Amino acid sequence: MSQESSPLWEVFVRARRGLAHSHVGSLHAPDAEVALRNARDVYTRRQEGVSIWVVPAGAITASSPDEKDAFFDPAADKVYRHPTFYEVPEGAAHL
Amino acid sequence: MYGNDSPGEDVPGDLLSEVEAAEAALRAAAERDRGAADPGADLAAYFAEIIAADQKIEPRDWMPERYRRTLIRQIAQHAHSEIIGMQPEGNWISRAPSLKRKAILLAKVQDEAGHGLYLYAAAETLGVSRDELVELLLDGRQKYSSIFNYPTLTWADVGAIGWLVDGAAIVNQVPLCRCSYGPYARAMIRVCKEESFHQRQGYELLHTLAHGTPAQKAMAQDAVDRWWYPSLAMFGPPDSDSTHSAQSMAWKIKRFSNDELRQRFVDMCVGQAEVLGLTIPDPDLRWNDERGAYDFTQPDYDELMRVISGDGPCNRQRMAHRRRAHTEGAWVREAAAAYAAKQRSREKVTA
Repeated sequence: MSQESSPLWEVFVRARRGLAHSHVGSLHAPDAEVALRNARDVYTRRQEGVSIWVVPAGAITASSPDEKDAFFDPAADKVYRHPTFYEVPEGAAHL
Repeated sequence: MYGNDSPGEDVPGDLLSEVEAAEAALRAAAERDRGAADPGADLAAYFAEIIAADQKIEPRDWMPERYRRTLIRQIAQHAHSEIIGMQPEGNWISRAPSLKRKAILLAKVQDEAGHGLYLYAAAETLGVSRDELVELLLDGRQKYSSIFNYPTLTWADVGAIGWLVDGAAIVNQVPLCRCSYGPYARAMIRVCKEESFHQRQGYELLHTLAHGTPAQKAMAQDAVDRWWYPSLAMFGPPDSDSTHSAQSMAWKIKRFSNDELRQRFVDMCVGQAEVLGLTIPDPDLRWNDERGAYDFTQPDYDELMRVISGDGPCNRQRMAHRRRAHTEGAWVREAAAAYAAKQRSREKVTA
């Protein structure tokens, strides 16, 4: 039987009071419906969340650690993107 | 203190807080900048630097081929253990003495399936597929924990497994929450939290039996007598014979040696057995003031080797059951795959 019969799914769960879905793990399932049911059983047995996303692992593209520096560098260069870069004149309140 | 490898840190002694401390350390490591941001040309030096700085190795990082292979072996065999480990306890589901105990046992066996799944998923981040690992298990080329080759003869065995087997597993696994490979460490944190429930429910079960009728107490004692030495053997061969230990410790996959963990487990169990009102079946068990630890009789390592090599009381039965489930389930897996393929092709047509 081929490997593809039960592909890998990545599972994201939003906690009861959580603002965003967080990656909690992965599982194998033949289709999205089964992936969702299994994710419910495996990852939310103890009220860990109220919303689940399942995504085929093949649909995810990740950045590579090799190019980490080059890839994220511009953020470090542009200090003016941070509010702390700007000096607030004395006496100016609520800023 | 269990699993505390950063001296000076104020960590309370119980296992669950150890897990929480490991989880906090994991988060802190992730927030700390890696010492050298640029792997550069010398990947091996960069790897060593990450390990030395107690950072986590992640799936897309470069790693030595032997580190990868060691982890695949260890995580896969850990996953297989969770799956095979459902059998000895599953044996008692239909015969649990009350509905409450039956529901608890069902929840526990369901957890074991989940643990197997987390661990297979962690192994897959190392570039191996779960199907391949299952094949290796079915072909007998990968092993599972020796403990699951012992039979569950009475209801009290379910309690002894919770207290001793899951207890030993926790002592072994809590330090793995600080393992250098990120996905394994994260899986172990999840597993340990749930394993704590297993250990406590087993302890409570034994405590109830030990304070019941004389027959119930005798059944509890008999279970402890049979599971004590196999549980000690779970920590593996003594340090002098352990083949993988030194390298695994240098890579921070393992944080403590087999013998250290075994000692820790014995020291922990003595007090717990007293509270249960049961005795540990070791006439030579006594406190050693000089060492500040208990002296105890070592398990029979020849027996351990026999069991690992396939000649324990239930090896054949466990593997036959796992193989039968796999073979007889083949048509169901094929049906699910065919249905999914049909749904996908229909979506394409309507799209």
